[in-house]
Amino acid sequence: MASGSAENSRGRSAARRFLQRLVVFFITLLLAGLLGATLVRFAPGFGLSTEQLDTRLTPESVQALRDAHAGERNLALFYARFLGGLFTGNLGTSSSFKRPITELLRERLPVTLGAIGWGMVLGWLLASSFAASAWLFRSRTYDLFTTVLSGIFLCLPTAALAILFLLMRAPGRFAIALVVFPNVFRYVRNLLATSGELPHIITARAKGLGPSRVLLWHVLPPAAPQLFALLGVSVSMALGAAIPIEAIAGIPGIGQLAWQAALGRDLPLLVNLTLIVTAVTLLANWAGELFAQSLRSHAA
Amino acid sequence: MKAFTRIAAIALSVVFVAGLLAGVLAPAHYAKQFREDASASPSGKFLLGTDELGRDRFSRLLYGSRVSLLLAPCAALLSTLLAALIGGAAGYFGGRWEKSAMLFTDLFMSMPWLFLLITVRAVLPLNTAPTTSVLITFSLLGLLGWAASARVVCSGTKSLRNSEFVLQAKAAGCRAGRLFAVHMLPNLKPVLFAQFWISIPVFILAEANLGILGLGVSEPLPSWGSLLRELEDFSAIGLQPWRLVPLFLLLMVVSCFQMVISEKEYSR
Repeated sequence: MASGSAENSRGRSAARRFLQRLVVFFITLLLAGLLGATLVRFAPGFGLSTEQLDTRLTPESVQALRDAHAGERNLALFYARFLGGLFTGNLGTSSSFKRPITELLRERLPVTLGAIGWGMVLGWLLASSFAASAWLFRSRTYDLFTTVLSGIFLCLPTAALAILFLLMRAPGRFAIALVVFPNVFRYVRNLLATSGELPHIITARAKGLGPSRVLLWHVLPPAAPQLFALLGVSVSMALGAAIPIEAIAGIPGIGQLAWQAALGRDLPLLVNLTLIVTAVTLLANWAGELFAQSLRSHAA
Repeated sequence: MKAFTRIAAIALSVVFVAGLLAGVLAPAHYAKQFREDASASPSGKFLLGTDELGRDRFSRLLYGSRVSLLLAPCAALLSTLLAALIGGAAGYFGGRWEKSAMLFTDLFMSMPWLFLLITVRAVLPLNTAPTTSVLITFSLLGLLGWAASARVVCSGTKSLRNSEFVLQAKAAGCRAGRLFAVHMLPNLKPVLFAQFWISIPVFILAEANLGILGLGVSEPLPSWGSLLRELEDFSAIGLQPWRLVPLFLLLMVVSCFQMVISEKEYSR
């Protein structure tokens, strides 16, 4: 009976935490959209286009071009209208592409998600295999090799990495893997090194358990919550890297779209992209933390 | 490991001094065009050859190092000050202050750093004077790069706020301003120094990314980012591999920073 009521109260507090998180998620999302809209609206030269400098245009035509942005001048009105449209599934029209934003996102989102997915899988595979082999071999030379290798990629600008990939005629989207790899590798290697010094690991090794068995059964399970949390963070890394990589490698994804929207000061598109990027980052972090928490409570 | 760190620190110092003395060491001004020697190969006269406008690449590399290596620490200082102010106030006052400051911090951290940087830089004027573009680029790095540091400073301040010596100072009637400046700030120094050092290579890389995308320092003033823009002409790299020298220098400097930082972290 006592354990049942304790379980109930645990369930209630978990539900309360979930609701609180959901509220914070939506507030952050709304603020991020507003921040994006404010930045573009108050940027110098907003609402001006090179078309207006055409000397052949009459004052009426110039005025008509200015009026095209009239609906966006009042920031509060623009954002309220945008949010209203969001609930009905109307994301507006891109001012630089002259196309519905829903259409643009439908075309480009799968490309970026695919690139990020590949980048994450390859980056994590590289990082975990190097970290695991460094833990298993325990060789100073191998450790130095992996540290130098990851250090090189950590110290290269993402845009330069994309250029090097193009130079080697390799698919640009795989460059995302090399952005994810060094960050994940260093964290996983340090995590394994710390876990390796725990008393139960030392005992297991002293009792003659093979290194692979120790790694799989005794080191990885307690480290799993932190690895899941890192998985969430690495989505944000991959998404950030996708922008310069897609812009340089000419990959038609939302990274390239964000770049073109920023240069074209396309307010409706930029606000939508800010919301998408923020939502993906927050959801990935949240999912990672939820997995980590459930694993921790399961272990307890 | 200590020997490697020493070598890294010496290499950093050499590049830093060379950048500082660019005006003396560079054979030519960064904007001077030798029109008869455009796209020249490396020679005794031009150590790294010239670009298509006939500008000496070696001189531009020295001046570019000065811009990047002097201004990245300035941006890091700005971001650390902001982190100290926002994170310090949040940790010190706690409660609603902390919640609002951390919501604001989360807002900045919920957007990937490069996305935020590129978006904000792109909406600011691009056709500005070189010095203005330098100021815009590095101020932006400083103004947008404080969020992660603010979290660290906030947690450091919170643990200090609950420490015994602070509680005793409060009980003795020490005022909030004096308590923060005299008793807490000196204890936060290691955290702030660590955040400052960590930010420098991050900002150097961010400036390089912006430069390659054409959103960094305006021509003719060189920076590592604007020098790396030359790499966009892929076909020429095979014929003129010395175009990769700025990339190797950047790689070396950032690696040296990482080595020095990790040594500092281990020794703490």
